[in-house]
Amino acid sequence: MNHEDNQVNSARSNNSGALPISIRNLTKRYGEIYALDAVDLNIESGEFLTLLGPSGSGKTTLLMAIAGFNRPDSGSIRFGDEEMILTPPHKREVGMVFQSYALFPHMSVAENIAFPLKLRGVTKQERMQRVNEALETVQLTDLGHREIDQLSGGQRQRVALARAFVFRPQILLMDEPLSALDKKLRERMQIELKQLHRQLGVTTVYVTHDQREALTMSDRIAVINEGRLVQVDQPEEIYNKPRTAFVADFIGESTMLSLRKQRDGSLTYNNTLIANISPDNRVNNWLLAMRPERLSLQTRMNASANADDIVFPCIVKEIVFQGESAYMLLDLGDGTEIGVRSGGFNDTDVRYESGSEVAVSLKKSDVLLVPDTDKNNVTHVR
Amino acid sequence: MNQSAPNAEALRRQAKVEQWSLLSLALPAVALVFFVVVIPVGWLFFLSFVGKDGSASLEHYQKMLEYKSYFRTFRTTFQVSLFTTLICIAIGYPLAYFLAQLPQRWAGIFMLAVLLPFWTSLLVRTYAWLVLLQRKGILNEFAMNIGLWDSPVKLVHNMTGTLIGMAHIMLPFLVLPLYSAMKKIDKDMMQAASNLGARPSRAFLSIYMPLSVSGLVAGSLIVFILCLGFYVTPAVLGGGKVIMVSTQITAILENQFNWGAASALGVVLLVATFLLLWITTKLFRLDGALFGRG
Amino acid sequence: MSWLSNPASETQVTHRQRVWLYVLATVIMLLLVIPTLIVIPMSFSDSQYLEFPPETWSTRWYETYINSAKWMRSTWVSVRVGVFTMLLATPIGIMAAYALFVSGHRYARSIFMFLLTPMIVPVILIAVGVFYFFGKVQLNNSLFGLVLAHSALAVPLVMIIITAALKSYDLDQERVARSLGATRAKAFFVITLPQIKFSVITASLLSFLTSFDEVIVSIFVSGGQTATLTKQMFSSLRDYIDPTIAAISTILVAITTVLLLLVQLASSREK
Repeated sequence: MNHEDNQVNSARSNNSGALPISIRNLTKRYGEIYALDAVDLNIESGEFLTLLGPSGSGKTTLLMAIAGFNRPDSGSIRFGDEEMILTPPHKREVGMVFQSYALFPHMSVAENIAFPLKLRGVTKQERMQRVNEALETVQLTDLGHREIDQLSGGQRQRVALARAFVFRPQILLMDEPLSALDKKLRERMQIELKQLHRQLGVTTVYVTHDQREALTMSDRIAVINEGRLVQVDQPEEIYNKPRTAFVADFIGESTMLSLRKQRDGSLTYNNTLIANISPDNRVNNWLLAMRPERLSLQTRMNASANADDIVFPCIVKEIVFQGESAYMLLDLGDGTEIGVRSGGFNDTDVRYESGSEVAVSLKKSDVLLVPDTDKNNVTHVR
Repeated sequence: MNQSAPNAEALRRQAKVEQWSLLSLALPAVALVFFVVVIPVGWLFFLSFVGKDGSASLEHYQKMLEYKSYFRTFRTTFQVSLFTTLICIAIGYPLAYFLAQLPQRWAGIFMLAVLLPFWTSLLVRTYAWLVLLQRKGILNEFAMNIGLWDSPVKLVHNMTGTLIGMAHIMLPFLVLPLYSAMKKIDKDMMQAASNLGARPSRAFLSIYMPLSVSGLVAGSLIVFILCLGFYVTPAVLGGGKVIMVSTQITAILENQFNWGAASALGVVLLVATFLLLWITTKLFRLDGALFGRG
Repeated sequence: MSWLSNPASETQVTHRQRVWLYVLATVIMLLLVIPTLIVIPMSFSDSQYLEFPPETWSTRWYETYINSAKWMRSTWVSVRVGVFTMLLATPIGIMAAYALFVSGHRYARSIFMFLLTPMIVPVILIAVGVFYFFGKVQLNNSLFGLVLAHSALAVPLVMIIITAALKSYDLDQERVARSLGATRAKAFFVITLPQIKFSVITASLLSFLTSFDEVIVSIFVSGGQTATLTKQMFSSLRDYIDPTIAAISTILVAITTVLLLLVQLASSREK
């Protein structure tokens, strides 16, 4: 089960302006707590990989280790063929964008961007030229002379970016760079960052806790929790085929139902047959992950006679209007709540309200089974 | 196959080197403080256990328990410290409160009234009081003019003058931490109290005052501890009649050159200071405030 | 005076109800400031007894000061010691403050506390102890000894000021600079230092003042040719109320005021 051997189907992997990163057995402890627990990860050259996880999962720790600001207790970090783990940060040739941007307030925009070039002895002439090119790339042409405190949040973000790639590093690291922006700007920047990445072709490691952001931007997502990689896959795989309960729960808004495994290998919920697996399968606890947009809602009377569907009778608890869609909370009858999203309302001329008796149906092909392993009992990704 | 912990040894070594090279930046400061504080005061500590004949003995400490002069000194020192602290609290609390209520711009200007004396030379301030309080000084002249008393009152070269001078010098040390604590009090709380129906005086007594107590105690302890060891002002304004620990130490050295006795007295002062400080920091976790990364 | 009816606080107490507080505070502030400043007009009094207000105005005490060899010499000593203290205490204080703040070593806090001891130990003890110790190593009555002692007294102050500045400074900037190719040292000098420069200025000025105004250690450790201004003043004060001291005091107050204003300027410039 080698997750990271899923080759990124990309023509970028041979890009000479980007380096692959290979992380082996990386461990960092703070006292009793493992911030990183024997992490193994291969990042393809030119790939956009997102480290996704909740606060404290270790994603920033991992990023900082790649940058050199964090000294792991043991392990290996290679850029291409070169072992970098003992290399100080200023020699790693990695571009970095911090959450706070960390622009130098006592310098102008152009001076900020020129800083890494100056350190590398680039001549003034060439510096100016490259700074202007960078400014154009981030669409801040002619703003070089401005002072930092005159810029808006979005503009600062772009300056931080420009400063990070102007010296043509082969690896780019970003630590939740969009979290300080408002929703609209954030969504626009996500697309722009993606375009920038395509343009530069540089290996990018991106940290976020926002799963939607990860799904939008990444070539691959590495889901991390409690210092361990849980699943590393392309976005569609992560979304549609989560390997553990944690991933299924963290990505998207699923309802998780605990299933009982019968002796013959069938998995049931309240005596409704959900699926069949091999009776020899050693995993005994399974969960059904139901994505709200995959559920169809109908009145009980119209309950689908299609034998392929699994049907649950429910009572409507709450309807929440959310603009372009509505979210409904339904009670399965035993107190469990299911969430349904409005795309599946079949009888549009029926008004649903709190207390209505309805039925929710799930296509058999949409059944998503996930082993309910204890969160700590995650198979190590090799 | 994978090694169990690749590079662990090299990483550990590198971490150590980095730590020590960073810390070495603090070395000059540490050396300086060691040379100027630790060695001299440590030496005094040892001297206090050396008797007149050169052998190890506790005679200096024993004498402190026996001789009346020592007892008077301790009592005077305690009295001066206590009264000065009380005066500072009485005067300083209203002042700090006033300053804390001011809008930012005004606060900066009025703060100068506290900062100017704070940073002005100790000698200048002591001297000023010497001149003000003398028989032919302004205070006496003024008081006699308005009929407060008939003949010049001895206001200096005694305990009165000492207390006045000390209070003046110590006041900023109380006002500054108290002001700082008061500024941190969330104004919304007073607003809430008012909304809930509390009269202003009630809101003040039940909410504001308790919250300001930590700053008040910090300031008071600073003042008290400073008073314990203070030399210049009592020496000048006390006119030789207000004998505090510091004055007695100097007197012993000037008159008898008895290092043992002087050191012993010094050690008592040091122990008293550290004891009070330890209690304060334990009670109020002050050590975090200065260094902690917040 | 209509503002008297306006609310003065969240509890809707009006200004009028608080007038007593304003009066009291004003009186206290006057009591704080007047004794500090009163020496100024008095120093221009012709009389030996320094009347206020002066009956006859004259600058005779200033002349006495300037014409006196001993006063001039001690002033020059104090100036030199002050400058050297500033030059010694400020850099080593900055280095120590930075190192301890950034290192995250488990002993960093203890070392910080250790470096505060010159402020905590009663100065009389430091003075007496240093007098004894310097006596053994022949550092008494020397400028060098004075500078060492005063610097030790100033270092805690520098550290507190610089640490406060570092706390409100975004250290990520140094990390970014390092990621872009700068060594730690370069990042500190090019990025951090310019942004804390006003605190550095404040720390230097206050180190100078600490040394210049220092009394107790100077009384013991300086003497004769190396007597500081403060020691000279103290000796005079013990004997009698020398009116020349009024003139010197005025000059000192002027210096302090100027330095304080510079410090206020510096701290208001720094965000």
